[in-house]
Amino acid sequence: MSGPSTYVPKSAIGRWFESRLPLFGLVHSSFIAYPVPRNLNYMWTFGAILSFMLGAQILTGIVLAMHYIPSSTQAFSSVDNIMRDVNYGWLIRYLHTNGASLFFLAGYIHMFRGLYYGSFKPPRELLWIIGVIIYFLMMATAFMGYVLPWGSMSFAGATVITNLTSAIPFVGNTIAHWLWGGFAVGGPTLTRFYSLHYLLPFIIVGFVVLHIWALHVAGQNNPDGIEVKDLQRDTVAFTPYATIKDVVGLAVFLILYAWLVFYIPNYLLDADNSNPANPLATPAHVVPEWYLLPFYAMLRAIPSKLMGVIVLFAAIVVLAFVPWLDRSPVKSAKYRPAYRFFFWVFVAIGIGLGYLGSQEPTEGLALIARILTFGYFAFFLIVMPILSFTEKTKPIPTSIADAVLTRTKTAVAAAE
Amino acid sequence: MIRVRFSATAFAAMALVLASAFAAVAQDSAGQPNPPRQDWSFSGMFGIYNTAQLQRGFQVYKEVCSTCHALSIPFRTLTDPDGPGFSEDQIRTLAATYQVTNAEPNEKGEIFKRPGTPADIIPRPEAYPNDQAAAATLGKAPPDMALLAKSLKFERGFPWFVFDALPGLEYQEMGADYIHAILNGYTKPDDLQWNLYYPGHKIAMPQPITNGAVEYKDGTPSTLENYSKDVAAFLSWAAEPNLPERKRIGLRVLIFLLVFAVLLYLVKKRIWESAH
Repeated sequence: MSGPSTYVPKSAIGRWFESRLPLFGLVHSSFIAYPVPRNLNYMWTFGAILSFMLGAQILTGIVLAMHYIPSSTQAFSSVDNIMRDVNYGWLIRYLHTNGASLFFLAGYIHMFRGLYYGSFKPPRELLWIIGVIIYFLMMATAFMGYVLPWGSMSFAGATVITNLTSAIPFVGNTIAHWLWGGFAVGGPTLTRFYSLHYLLPFIIVGFVVLHIWALHVAGQNNPDGIEVKDLQRDTVAFTPYATIKDVVGLAVFLILYAWLVFYIPNYLLDADNSNPANPLATPAHVVPEWYLLPFYAMLRAIPSKLMGVIVLFAAIVVLAFVPWLDRSPVKSAKYRPAYRFFFWVFVAIGIGLGYLGSQEPTEGLALIARILTFGYFAFFLIVMPILSFTEKTKPIPTSIADAVLTRTKTAVAAAE
Repeated sequence: MIRVRFSATAFAAMALVLASAFAAVAQDSAGQPNPPRQDWSFSGMFGIYNTAQLQRGFQVYKEVCSTCHALSIPFRTLTDPDGPGFSEDQIRTLAATYQVTNAEPNEKGEIFKRPGTPADIIPRPEAYPNDQAAAATLGKAPPDMALLAKSLKFERGFPWFVFDALPGLEYQEMGADYIHAILNGYTKPDDLQWNLYYPGHKIAMPQPITNGAVEYKDGTPSTLENYSKDVAAFLSWAAEPNLPERKRIGLRVLIFLLVFAVLLYLVKKRIWESAH
């Protein structure tokens, strides 16, 4: 799939340019002539959707940065100014906050697609790990971005998460003070979070480039989990086949985005963040945004502070080890009935943990949270390795082309 | 051996078990009712503010609430045609009745006050130049009302919070319902600070408004019910002045995207024909 491009520009200017900087050749071989399995479903459009959302967040963020003031005394009112007086400021702000939520929604679907179809298996392990790094950077970016409006919940969230560093033995308090730029969350914390929030998305862009590069070396996985054997029979050119499919997926996703931004823009925003930050008044219920809730639930489920922090990070780090935890030679869950069952249980656990993260931890709920946390880790550390060796899988098709043809044959036979 | 259908049922079963467990937990705690849902002119996909209602609401704010509550929005926003829609002259006259501290000192270096202009922000209540002064008198600082309607929330519980996001069932007016409920919630005449809807039932604000407190110029009956509806609607506008424009643009965007998505899908089918 990778190698020097065979593209020869038609115009003289094109050839002049190409011989000095083979940009068009790169675009041609990566996004036009690039072969893509012909059996991909719409779950494969989320990479393009994510790229679009990253661009949208950067664009709206840069415009917001022209009007936002990163000072603890002026941040809140500068956001109010954006909402009231900046032309279409309300639109840019709502696009940015709801865009972050949809960025994570698309990200989660993208990751679960990877877990379901075995897109992390050889030779795509590094691709998966780069994805985990991108996910972690997304969470850091989103967390810092949420602090910037300097609302009540921004301040509380910043306090809770930065206090976690003090759990580290010996150096914890020093690290916390260094992070805060003081002895508690305050103005210096806000300004440095602003700087990092502006920086991190561009680091994400760098990793996305590596991500797409690693992908293009191995080629896409596909719903049947069988590697491409014959370029002619198994694949189609990226343009126009995958391009149009990505655009359709994006259009549908944008409908959801538009619904959110124009009709329920405050649905995912916590009302407490419309109160200015007050160190003396903590909100009754401190909760992060929905996409961080499962990890928040796990953090609160563990009674010890240090163990809670360790479990929190372990929950993300364990994702990087998945290519070595799941060794089943069959990639796609389509042909792995036992794995498929546990996959959906895992999805339910994720949703359950998310809901628990939003509620106050009573005795009963804390117990359920602990059980679900155990379930989360059990999926990776117990189920995956055991199923790798003991699972009885269904017979897999011999090639992508055969898989597609048997499906169309059955469909045609059923129609007759 | 586990069969295909089992995994889907297993997921559904787990989801139901978890959901019912959470539903039981998420109901309002005993004796703490949620504010009842009201009808608002600005709810739903096509709802916008009612200019007359907002003008009455502003009158209620000015005559009653502004004694203690600040409303930090510029005077000129009151001329918003999608909002209260006062005329420029009305607002110029109104602003001039306020004394506003000038941003810069005069040539002698003295800080001075001058009559307000439409560009100025509505000044804080004279009696409470800062939050500490307000809290000293009343126990808790009366919140600034500019974003008050957006800052109020209550638990909806499962599955209602899911329905609140769906087209046709969307619920964005929690702040307005909350304000309306609080104003009508002083149901114990012998306890001035008891409120049915305030968390814990103890509110620092004694009943601020009763029947007949404000005389409406357009003949609307001077009842507490009308006061609370009108001021809640006005405060909703103050917190979310972009609502009418947002919904107007949103309708065009959604229609465009729906048509565009359908067209793109048809193009996709056409292109993929050649792949079979």
